[in-house]
Amino acid sequence: MNSANYLYLSAMLFTIGAVGVVIRRNAIVVFMCIELMLNAANLAFVTFARINGTLDGQVIAFFTMVVAACEVVVGLAIIVTIFRSRRSTSVDDASLLKR
Amino acid sequence: MIRLSLEIGQTQKPEAILFYILAPLSVLASLGMLVVRKAVHAALLLAWVMITLAIFYIALDAAFLGIVQIVVYTGAVMMLFLFILMLVGVDAPDSLTENIKGHRVVAIAAALGFGGLLISLIGRATLNHVSVGLAMANEPGNVQGLASLIFTQYVFPFEVVSALLITAALGAMVLAHSQKSAGARLSQRALSSARFRGDSLANAAGLPSSGVFARHNAVDVPALLPDGTPAKNSISGVLSARGDIQDPTQYALGSLPKVDDEGGDK
Amino acid sequence: MTSNNLVYLIALPLFSSGFLMILGRRADKWGHIFATLISASAFGIGAFEFLQMLARPSESRALTQKLFSWISVGTFQVDASLLLDQLSISFVLLITGVGTLIHIYSIAYMSHDMDRRRFFAFLNFFIAAMLLLVLGDSYLNLYVGWEGVGLASYLLIGFWNQKPEYATAAKKAFVANRVGDVGLSLAIMIAFATFGTVSFSGVEEKVSGASTAALTGIGLMLLLAATGKSAQFPLQSWLGDAMAGPTPVSALIHAATMVTAGVYLITRSNFIFDNAPTAQLCVVIIGAITLMFGALIGTAKDDIKKALAASTMSQIGYMILATGLGPVGYAFAIMHLLTHGFFKAGMFLGAGSVMHGMDDEVNMRKYGGLGKFMPITAITFGLGYLAIIGVPPFAGFYSKDKIIETAFNAEGIKGLFIGGAALLGALVTAFYMTRVIILTFTGTKRWDEKAHPHESPFLMWGPMAILAIGSVASGFLLSSGNRFVSWLAPVVNSHEADHAEHVERFQPVVVTSMALVAVVIGVAIAIVKYRSEVPRVAPTNVRFFTKIARRDLLQDDFNEAVLMRPGQALTKFLVATDEKAIDGAVRTVGAAVIGSSKGIRKTQTGFVRSYALLILLGAFALLATIWVVTL
Repeated sequence: MNSANYLYLSAMLFTIGAVGVVIRRNAIVVFMCIELMLNAANLAFVTFARINGTLDGQVIAFFTMVVAACEVVVGLAIIVTIFRSRRSTSVDDASLLKR
Repeated sequence: MIRLSLEIGQTQKPEAILFYILAPLSVLASLGMLVVRKAVHAALLLAWVMITLAIFYIALDAAFLGIVQIVVYTGAVMMLFLFILMLVGVDAPDSLTENIKGHRVVAIAAALGFGGLLISLIGRATLNHVSVGLAMANEPGNVQGLASLIFTQYVFPFEVVSALLITAALGAMVLAHSQKSAGARLSQRALSSARFRGDSLANAAGLPSSGVFARHNAVDVPALLPDGTPAKNSISGVLSARGDIQDPTQYALGSLPKVDDEGGDK
Repeated sequence: MTSNNLVYLIALPLFSSGFLMILGRRADKWGHIFATLISASAFGIGAFEFLQMLARPSESRALTQKLFSWISVGTFQVDASLLLDQLSISFVLLITGVGTLIHIYSIAYMSHDMDRRRFFAFLNFFIAAMLLLVLGDSYLNLYVGWEGVGLASYLLIGFWNQKPEYATAAKKAFVANRVGDVGLSLAIMIAFATFGTVSFSGVEEKVSGASTAALTGIGLMLLLAATGKSAQFPLQSWLGDAMAGPTPVSALIHAATMVTAGVYLITRSNFIFDNAPTAQLCVVIIGAITLMFGALIGTAKDDIKKALAASTMSQIGYMILATGLGPVGYAFAIMHLLTHGFFKAGMFLGAGSVMHGMDDEVNMRKYGGLGKFMPITAITFGLGYLAIIGVPPFAGFYSKDKIIETAFNAEGIKGLFIGGAALLGALVTAFYMTRVIILTFTGTKRWDEKAHPHESPFLMWGPMAILAIGSVASGFLLSSGNRFVSWLAPVVNSHEADHAEHVERFQPVVVTSMALVAVVIGVAIAIVKYRSEVPRVAPTNVRFFTKIARRDLLQDDFNEAVLMRPGQALTKFLVATDEKAIDGAVRTVGAAVIGSSKGIRKTQTGFVRSYALLILLGAFALLATIWVVTL
């Protein structure tokens, strides 16, 4: 089996995550989909590490995980704050950019 | 450490078997995230995808990342997600009907095109490309190899990322910090005097407890007042705000039983 | 030679003017006396310098004073310097002398005016500016004075600007002068481009090396400037309206001094005109046209001041004509200018005196028989009259006769034409001036019952008397023994030319006789025509010529038709273009932006998911590009 298969899998997961971000309305689910996209990217990094024979890809994946953890923490805090004021987690309800 | 790839470049059959079993499952799980109505189901599906990814990491000679993936993502991050879900209401299902015209069609078309192009490009880029393999790099051990990179070449980004983590933790605390709870919390003495010297003595004996007496005592069912209407203040404010309130009238008796003369209004 | 005193000539009246304007009403009580004393002291300095100049030999009579380095840009150096030579001193004495007399006159004439102090401040300002004009040693310095007198003229014509038509007259004078000023500034620019300097001496040195075309250009531009300032054809129309100003102003600025600045400019620039025959010919033609033009207008005017203004225009036409005749003419032009300064200022003051006694009535048809009531005014006016029509031995005879003679002796057929025009002008002048005298001072009284004509106070008739003496004596004094011609010779370089090509076509005696005959004819016609009863209201069933002469020979109609109407049409066209084309284009762009914005706005739904979709589409497009490029 060729390592490129992992990349195909990564691409598919990334695309599915992107679709989820675009079509799901629950902010928490949207957030999960973003996590999915990040994980897909991580899979690509790890695969690249093996293809290239260096560990740098894995280091980058490690950093991505840390940053993703930060992002989850802050993002969920934002969702909680919005929920507290609007009593809703739907991203469509917070369409304040229109006016 | 399980070494599934024995040869440089071409993976061994066991890894292929693993991949061909787990990869479709992970894709199916992620597709499921798009269609399930409840957020908690999506979280469980995502947890599954993450576990398969952890397995793939290990198969890709990244044992350390595989373990971290399980501990950080499946453990901590997904826990956080579930925790927030509980906070905002587990049971509220999402409507899947689209209310922006043409949005879903365009999104799926764009995603199909995007994915197709991506796969095509990957195929073009990796065609006839021989994988080097990590046997050499992992010679002192995967963790040792990573450590020697992180603490030498990547030490500065590492420090920056640690600062980012601290900042994020602080930011989350600031954001989640409720202004209400920080405000002047009434002392017991003040509460007590408000209770007894307030406008009305209706709540002097405490707020009514939830549940319909002897028929249903769940916290999401308001108590029934003598006239048959639900008592709003018998339910926690969070629940009523979330709309997670059940209709108490379903537990009410069809009609009040007849009262004998002695126990009557005399 | 240098001197340190010249600056005081200008500084004193300038200081006085500013002083009176800043002090405001606090100076109301004594401002007029202060200004008059300042003017008199300027005359004193001028007279002192004149006496000193007389004591020096003819070659070293010019004085210079460098005040400061004004402009110093690369090779362009202009100093604020003053030059006092034989030409300048003539003007200085005229300006300060007549100016002082008119200051004295104004004390009485303006005594009932609330704003007398302001009037004197303006008068002093005019004196300063006019002195700067004649004392500047370069075209640029002259230009400052030139603009200064234009401003003073504007302020004084519009002195009673509470009347809209007076304010309009001031504006008209200012605008007409601006046209001429453009000519002067262009002349300065061409001069700088050609010679690299704008000082009189510098230009004179380098004039031989310049091309005739450049000199002709400078000459024509200077002529344009002169026509504007001196009310010559075709920029003459403002002078009649300028009579809106107080009469002393008309006497000082619009008769004696400022309007003669054009003559000064051409005389000062003799080195340019002598080398540019075409420009010189234009000068002669302009002068000839204007002298006839003014004289003809003068025959039809019933307003005494406007009749005198037309006469001024005509007399300056004589001077301009003389300056165009080359080296022989300059001295006669300046001489006529000086004598004219005396008799015309005197007649204007006389007119002011008549108006003063007649409740500011200016219509001569409502005068008549005033000689009995205002004997001194009548005598001084009469002496001025004899001077202007050129009766010997009065001043005008000597100067005008010389001009007519020189005109007749100009080379070629041109001499006959301009000589004839000058002679005819003399005839017409005699006619209309006699008409003024008859209508005003003789005949039966035609004034209203409420008018009480009376002689003016001493402060008014004193200056008139002095000017009348000048009208009588100045001509003889200046011309006897060719005194003035030789006095001015170093400035206008007339010595060598004088003898070289002096074609004596007519003997002086012949010309003088012809001129006298013309004068007699003119006077006779006027007497015959106006000896009978004069109607109080101007008759309307007059000949066509009289009609258009009353309308200033259609000068305003001409300006209106040729300049104003096309200008208005152009403006209307530009406004329409602006509104339709430019505004239309702007509005179309605006509408297009609004329209496209309305379309684009639909993409801004406010839904985060829409924006996320756009990002996805963008990523798709990016990948598609990469896909195509790496194909």
